[in-house]
Amino acid sequence: MSQRPILLQGHERSLTQIKFNKEGDLLFSASKDSLVNVWFSHNGERLGTYDGHNGTVWTLDVDSQSRFLVTGSADNEMRLWSVQSGKCLFVWEFPTAVKRVAFSENDEQIVCITEQRMGHQGAIRVFNINREGDGTNQSREPESMFHPVGSKATVCAFPYMPGLILTGHESGKVALFDAKSGEEVASNERAHMDVVTDLQLSVDRSYFITSSKDKTARIHDAKTLTVLKTFSTETPLNSACLTPNTPYVLLGGGQEAMNVTTTSLRQGKFETRFWHKIFEEEVGRVKGHFGPLNTIAVHPAGTAYASGGEDGFVRVHHFDDSYFRAKPYGDIEILN
Amino acid sequence: MPVPNGVVYDETDEIDYTDIEEKYQVKFEEGFDNILVVDGVPIIDKSKLDRLLTKIAKEFTRKGAAIKSEDISVPWNESTGKSNGYVFVEFRSAEAAAFALNEMNGHPFDAKHTFSINRFTDIEKFANLDETYVEPPREEYQAKEHLRAWLADPQGRDQYVTYRGDEVVIHWHGKPSQSEVAYEDSQNLRTELYVSWSPMGTYIATLHRQGIRLWGGPSFQLQARFFHPLVRLIDFSPCEQYLVTWSHDPIVVAEGMPQGPRFFSPEDEGNNIAVWDIKTGNLLRTFQTMQTEGEKKQMAWPALKWSADDKFVARVTPGQQISVYELPSMGLQGKKSIKIEGVVDFEWSPHGDKEREDEKSGRSKKPAENLLAYWTPEVANQPARVTLLNFPGRDILRQKNLFNVSECKLYWQNQGDFLCVRVDRHTKTKKSIFCNLEIFRVREKDYPVEVVELKDTVTDFSWEPKGERFAIVSSNDPNLGNPGPGITIKTDVSFYQLERGKNDFKLLRTLASRTTNTIRWSPRGRHVVLATVGSTSKSELEFWDLDFNFDDLSTRREAQKEDWGTGIQQLGVSDHYGVTDVEWDPSGRYLATAASAWTHTLENGYAIWDFRGQEVEKHLLDRFKQFLWRPRPPSLLTKEQKRLVRKNLKEFSRAFEEEDAAEESNVSAELIAQRKRLVDEWNAWRIRCQEEVAEERRARGVRQEPTRRQEEEREEIEVWVEEVIEQIEEEIAD
Repeated sequence: MSQRPILLQGHERSLTQIKFNKEGDLLFSASKDSLVNVWFSHNGERLGTYDGHNGTVWTLDVDSQSRFLVTGSADNEMRLWSVQSGKCLFVWEFPTAVKRVAFSENDEQIVCITEQRMGHQGAIRVFNINREGDGTNQSREPESMFHPVGSKATVCAFPYMPGLILTGHESGKVALFDAKSGEEVASNERAHMDVVTDLQLSVDRSYFITSSKDKTARIHDAKTLTVLKTFSTETPLNSACLTPNTPYVLLGGGQEAMNVTTTSLRQGKFETRFWHKIFEEEVGRVKGHFGPLNTIAVHPAGTAYASGGEDGFVRVHHFDDSYFRAKPYGDIEILN
Repeated sequence: MPVPNGVVYDETDEIDYTDIEEKYQVKFEEGFDNILVVDGVPIIDKSKLDRLLTKIAKEFTRKGAAIKSEDISVPWNESTGKSNGYVFVEFRSAEAAAFALNEMNGHPFDAKHTFSINRFTDIEKFANLDETYVEPPREEYQAKEHLRAWLADPQGRDQYVTYRGDEVVIHWHGKPSQSEVAYEDSQNLRTELYVSWSPMGTYIATLHRQGIRLWGGPSFQLQARFFHPLVRLIDFSPCEQYLVTWSHDPIVVAEGMPQGPRFFSPEDEGNNIAVWDIKTGNLLRTFQTMQTEGEKKQMAWPALKWSADDKFVARVTPGQQISVYELPSMGLQGKKSIKIEGVVDFEWSPHGDKEREDEKSGRSKKPAENLLAYWTPEVANQPARVTLLNFPGRDILRQKNLFNVSECKLYWQNQGDFLCVRVDRHTKTKKSIFCNLEIFRVREKDYPVEVVELKDTVTDFSWEPKGERFAIVSSNDPNLGNPGPGITIKTDVSFYQLERGKNDFKLLRTLASRTTNTIRWSPRGRHVVLATVGSTSKSELEFWDLDFNFDDLSTRREAQKEDWGTGIQQLGVSDHYGVTDVEWDPSGRYLATAASAWTHTLENGYAIWDFRGQEVEKHLLDRFKQFLWRPRPPSLLTKEQKRLVRKNLKEFSRAFEEEDAAEESNVSAELIAQRKRLVDEWNAWRIRCQEEVAEERRARGVRQEPTRRQEEEREEIEVWVEEVIEQIEEEIAD
C-alpha cells in the first residue's frame, strides 16, 4: 500500500467497534468516550456525531439501506438513530449494559446481548423493527428473549438460516440458538480456547470468522459450526474480518490494554495481519497503531479497510492497484 | 520403594527400579537373617572361652558392629571337648548383620586366624545346593544401536534438541525439505530441569529428581542412569568417559537404600559432587563443595576441571592448592596436591589436532603432555603471577609477574597454541580499571609472551577456533558495571591477529560504538557473529566475514601481509527480539538464536540463520526454554584426505547441486498440488453452500440477491464542462 492511510481523530478514548455501510461510503465508529461518529470513508471527513449515550458505546450496526443505526452502550441503553439526520429515534432501556447489537439481513430485526451483572443474567433479545413512518414508533417489548445457559455470550449475528442466532461465548464456544424458544440448536464447545472477541459474517452469511483471546482466528461453517480454517498468531486477537473479493482475512489484536504500558511498541504486536484465507499463511502486516487493535472492518467492495485501536485512532487504508494485482500464490480462482 | 528423606515421588514418572529391587531383595523366609557364622576362629577348650568371646566381641565392636559376648554361641565337639573353630553371632537386626558381614569378612583376628563370615541362611542354602552342572541357556545376542548413527545420515544433516514446556524434541536440520523431527516421545524422553548433550554428541542427558539419565542411538534408548537425588548441575569429561554431577542438597544415604558400586554408600554422606563412569554406570568418588569463605560468591561450575585426554581431573582449593586426581581410580595423583599459595583459578590446555593425530598414529612415543595454567594474586610484597605448569611432570615452564592486578581470566585457544590472560588492572588510585592481554605462545620455545595494552575494560574475549586471531568487546561506558533497566552499554569490537614476522598481535580493525556484548566465532573460524544479548531494547545480530576477499587459506596467508584487515566485511545484519542464546551449528554453516523463557517471557522461541544472516526458519513458541545443537566428534579423516576433498570440491559439490535442483522442482510441484487441493476443496464447499443459501431464500420467497452488485449500482455521470480560456478580438482588414 503506497497510499498514506487516513487518520480519523475524533475520539478521545479507545474504539470499540467500527463498521462500513453497505455502499462503503460511510464509516461508523463507536468509542469508550460515549460518542458515535460517522465519516466519509474516501477522505476521512467527519460527517456527524450521534450524541446521546452516557457511557462507553460498546457496539453499533447499520442497516443495509443506511437508514437506521443501532447502538448499544454501558449506560444500559440501546438506541436507534436516523443515519441521515443524526436524531435519536428510539431508546430501549435494560438492567445492564448492551454489549453487542446486529441487524438481520432484511433489516427487520435486531438482536442484542446484554451483560450479565448485578444479579441479572446475560440475555439475548430479538426486537422487531417497524420500518414504517419515521422510525420512532417502535415496540418496547422484545419479540423474544432468552438467557443462554452456561458461559455468557459475547458476540452475536443473524446467519442466513431464518429463525436462528449465531453466538460466540466467553468460554470459546460458538453456538446457534433458536431465536424464538432460546433453545441451543447446535454448538461447538471447543471452537476456541478463550473468549470469542469478534464475529463477522461472509457476504452471503453462510460462513463466518471469529477472533479470540486464545491467539487464533477461525472460519466456521454457519450451518454445521465446523471449523474450516484456523489462523494461529502469537498475540491475543480482538477482531477478525473477511475480505469480499480477495482471498485474505484481516486479523488484529495485541497485548492486553492493561499491560500495554509495560511492553514496547514492537513487543505489543499492534499490527493488522493479512492471512491467506485458504492456505492459512500470513502474507503481510500493516503497522500504525500505538495500542492494541480493537476492531477491524473491510469496505464491502473490498477496496479499503479500517482499524480502530485502543489508542483512540481509526486508520482507513485504501488499497492501491498493486494490492489487487499481486497474486502471491499465482492465478487461482477462489470462490467467495 | 524406599523413600529417602521423606521426598514425595510422583508415581507416574518414577524410574523403573524393579530390576534393582529384585536383585537386592532380601528374603525373609527363614528369619535367621540376623545370624552370621564366623569361621576361622581359634580352636580352644572351654577354659579359654570367656577370653575368646570377649576378644571377638571387642573386635566386632571396634569396627562398629557392636555385640556382646552373650550374643556369641560356640558349638562344641563333644568327642574332643574342644570348639569347632566357628561360632554363631546373633545381631539385633538383619541390617546390622549385613554391616558386620561387610566389615569383618576377611578380618585378621591374629597372626594365624582370619575370619571368614557367612550368613547363616547362606550356609544352609549352599549346603543344599544341587551340584550337577546345568549349562546356562545362551542369551540371545541383541544388537545395540550405534550411538553415533546420526553421523551416518546420508544428507549429512545436523541435529538439535529443543526443550519447550515439558517437551524434549530432537530435530534434524538440513535444507528446508529435510528438516524434520528426528525423535519425539513425551512418555520417554523428558526432563525436569534441562537437557545437555555430551561433548561429542553421543549422549543426551536429562535431569530428574532422582538423578541423571543418558539416552543415545537413533531411537534414543536409555543408555545409562545415575542415581543422584535432586541433581542440579552436570558436566561431562571431554572424551565422554566420565560424568560429574552436583546437587545442592548433601547426599543422604537412608537405611534400606540399595547398595552397590552404582549407589552412594554411607561414606558419601554429606557430599555434593559425584564422579561417575559413564560406560559402567559406577560411582567413582564423591566430593564436598568448596566453601568459599567470606563473601558469598557464586559457585564456580564446572567445579572439577578435566584434562583434555580424560586422564586427570583437578579442582582448586582457593588460596591453597590444586588437587589432581587420576582416572579411573580417582586417587590423588602423586599422592599429594600441588600446593600453591593464594591460587585463584586454573585451566587445562586443550588438545589440538596435532596431539590427536599423534595419538592416533602412535607417532610420538610418550603421550601428549598436559599443561596447566594458573594465577595467583598480589600478596604483600609479591607480585601477581601467571604460571604455566606441565603435568604430570609438575615442572614450571613459564612464569610471568604482573602488577596492579585486580582480576585475571585465562583463555586457551581451542588448539592449545595460545593462552591469553586477560588482566584487569587498576590504576594507582584504584579508581579506574584498564585491561592488558598477556598472550603466551605455547608452541614456541621458551613460551614467549606478548602484551596487548588497552585503555578500556574488556568485557568479552574470544579466540578464533583454529586461528591466530581473536576478537574482544571493550567498553569505556560509565554505566558499565551498574546494570539497570533500559541501560544499553556502548561497546567497541576489535579484531587482532598474530603478525608472524614481528611476533606480536596487531589490531586489524575496530568497530566502534556498538551495543555488542557477545562474540560467537564459527567453529570453523573465519566467520563471526556479534550479538547484543540479554538487552530489552537492542537485539542486533551482525554477521561478519574476516576473509571476504580470499577464497582459500593458501592465498590468504600470502595476501594478508599487504592489506591487513581489508578482508573484514559485514555480510548481514538482523535482529532477534529478546535473544538470550546464540550458538553456531557444528559445521559453521548455520547459527541458532533463542529467546528462552528462563530469562524472560517475551516472544520466546528460536530462529536459525545461515552464515550470511539470512533467516532460514523462525519459531515463536511460548514456554520455549532451550536450544542445543548436537555436537560432533572430531573428524576421522586424516589431513591428507581433507586436503583432497578441498582440492576436488567442485566435483563433489556438483552432485549436491544436482540433488538440490531436482528437489526444488519436486517440492514446488508438491506445494502447488497441495494448494490446488485446498482451493478445490474450498470451492466445492462454496458451491454447495451457495446452493443451500439460494434454496433457503427461494423457500422464504426473498428476492434473489444479485450476485454481482458492484456493476448494478455503479452510476455513470457525464458532466460537460465548458470553459472559456481566452477571448481575442481581431480586426480583419479588408
